[in-house]
Amino acid sequence: MLVEEIMSEPLVTINSNDRIEEALELLNKHKIRHIPVVSENEQVVGILSDRDIRDAAPSILEENQNRQILQHEVSSIMTTPVITVHPLDFIEDIATIFYEHEIACVPVTKNNQLVGIVTEKDLLYRLIQLTGIHEQSSQIEVKVPNKVGVLPNVTKIISDRNTNISSVFIYPYQDSYHEKIIVLRIQTMNPMPLIDELKQHGYEVIWPNIPGLSK
Amino acid sequence: MTNEASFVYTEAFKNYKFRDNHPFNQKRVELTYDLLKSMNALNDQQIITPRVASDEEIALVHDRKYIDAVKRASDNKLAQEESLEYGIGTEDTPIFEDMHQAAAQLVGGTLTAVDAVLSGQTKRALNLGGGLHHGFRRKASGFCIYNDAAIAIQYIREKFDYKVLYVDTDAHHGDGVQWIFYDDPNVCTLSIHETGRYLFPGTGNINERGHNDGYGTSFNIPIDAFTENESFLNAYKESLTEITEHFKPDIIVTQNGADAHVYDPLSHLCCTMEIYEGIPKLAYQLANEYCDGKWVALGGGGYDIWRVVPRAWAQIWSVANNHGKTFSGSVPKRWLDQWQNESPVNLPTTWHDESSIYEPIPRKEEITEKNAILVNKLLEPIRNEQKYML
Ligand SMILES: [Zn+2]
Repeated sequence: MLVEEIMSEPLVTINSNDRIEEALELLNKHKIRHIPVVSENEQVVGILSDRDIRDAAPSILEENQNRQILQHEVSSIMTTPVITVHPLDFIEDIATIFYEHEIACVPVTKNNQLVGIVTEKDLLYRLIQLTGIHEQSSQIEVKVPNKVGVLPNVTKIISDRNTNISSVFIYPYQDSYHEKIIVLRIQTMNPMPLIDELKQHGYEVIWPNIPGLSK
Repeated sequence: MTNEASFVYTEAFKNYKFRDNHPFNQKRVELTYDLLKSMNALNDQQIITPRVASDEEIALVHDRKYIDAVKRASDNKLAQEESLEYGIGTEDTPIFEDMHQAAAQLVGGTLTAVDAVLSGQTKRALNLGGGLHHGFRRKASGFCIYNDAAIAIQYIREKFDYKVLYVDTDAHHGDGVQWIFYDDPNVCTLSIHETGRYLFPGTGNINERGHNDGYGTSFNIPIDAFTENESFLNAYKESLTEITEHFKPDIIVTQNGADAHVYDPLSHLCCTMEIYEGIPKLAYQLANEYCDGKWVALGGGGYDIWRVVPRAWAQIWSVANNHGKTFSGSVPKRWLDQWQNESPVNLPTTWHDESSIYEPIPRKEEITEKNAILVNKLLEPIRNEQKYML
């Protein structure tokens, strides 16, 4: 998945020689936490977060001093140089950037011009979509041997029941090379008949079991 | 003179039947009705025969194109490609003959209950044939074709401009109703359900709090699998009491799915009949306190139709009709004799369940703690607001 598919349009920007006070107003008004800072010709020169402002004007007790700081130029406290990404980058790359640089927002640029912005929230939302929770579905997890052809076998059992699959992902079972877990979100409220059938085929299905009660 | 309570009932509820062996089985309503009759707790003056909802009424919530598709499916004239787009013709909601009519009858039942309360004819009304909370504007899902609860709420809004509190204690998230009123500040939804980690529909997270003007009027408590009576009731009582006090509704609509019971085959909660006494009692009390008694109680899920649903739903009636009191002691012999032969399981002989019907849950303490933390988190904004108002 590409950055251009998940980025939002940067509706709000600020100029590097605007006052911090104006930036604060924009953050509050749009309920956002980051503003890309641009130069006269729309080039990204930095990024300003609500935290940068809080760090610069930390004490609510020293009101006068704070007010003074808010009159300074944005350029005095913004983060620069800023890490940017390209619309054709992969979203996995952004996850890495967020992790390595401990940041939560990157501007997207093309020919040095600002074209979008991606926040941690956008990424998280996409992750939720990837795991299929946005569609009404039940989740089952099937423990399978790590070998060719298992996935189509499992999905065929599901499709033979006329049941649509919202998402599939696969991960190793407890770091074992020999086993994997297939996580499926399937569009049914009653997965019980399907679970029984998977068990009949010899698969182990991980699904909450009530101890000591055979339903 | 205003009646204490009315019971909406028709044999036609049973026409809402997808196929044999489908978990959703409206025989539950008949079993409940017969149980109440056997208790001599329901007289004919209290029963209202429902009307069928009109297309206009269904369209208060549902897309006309969707209604049209359901109608065509009823006559077997809907192509498969198109039907799947509307969520019908699936394993969960297969097509059956006259499905539109059957579904419109359930909606009509709920609207009949609402009319009885709004007209002042009765203080409280039950439609146990309704409560189909998963239906979306243009999509059937989770055994629900038309969302009678949402239609009724919209109907109340348009006719009376009342503030409506919707309370959903089904084991599954009341997603259809929540999303339909997600940005409406005059409809507050509270759903307590098993976490969507495994269970359908997957939503109902605590951070789903509403949108735009409706922000702060959607509440969700996704409790852990294996939650038991005490923890369930604590979550229910604490949240419902504070939310009602905060929202100040004019009428309460409850969805009383009975699938949180340990016997229910579709969920993993471990509650017993105790919650089905506690749930209606508090709804009754708060409706008296805030809404001049106005309370519409609907059915919902519930897939152990023999051992769980009839007793659970009969208790709602008892509470609504008899000053908040529940039945206790033995289940009437006449009812047991009437149905035991047909039932594949042994029918329960008492109104209460023994705690021995399931084995102790290993991580009970942790589950209880986790649920309690969740409730605190859920109510934090309300509590903060109150603090600053003082
Ligand atoms: Zn349910």
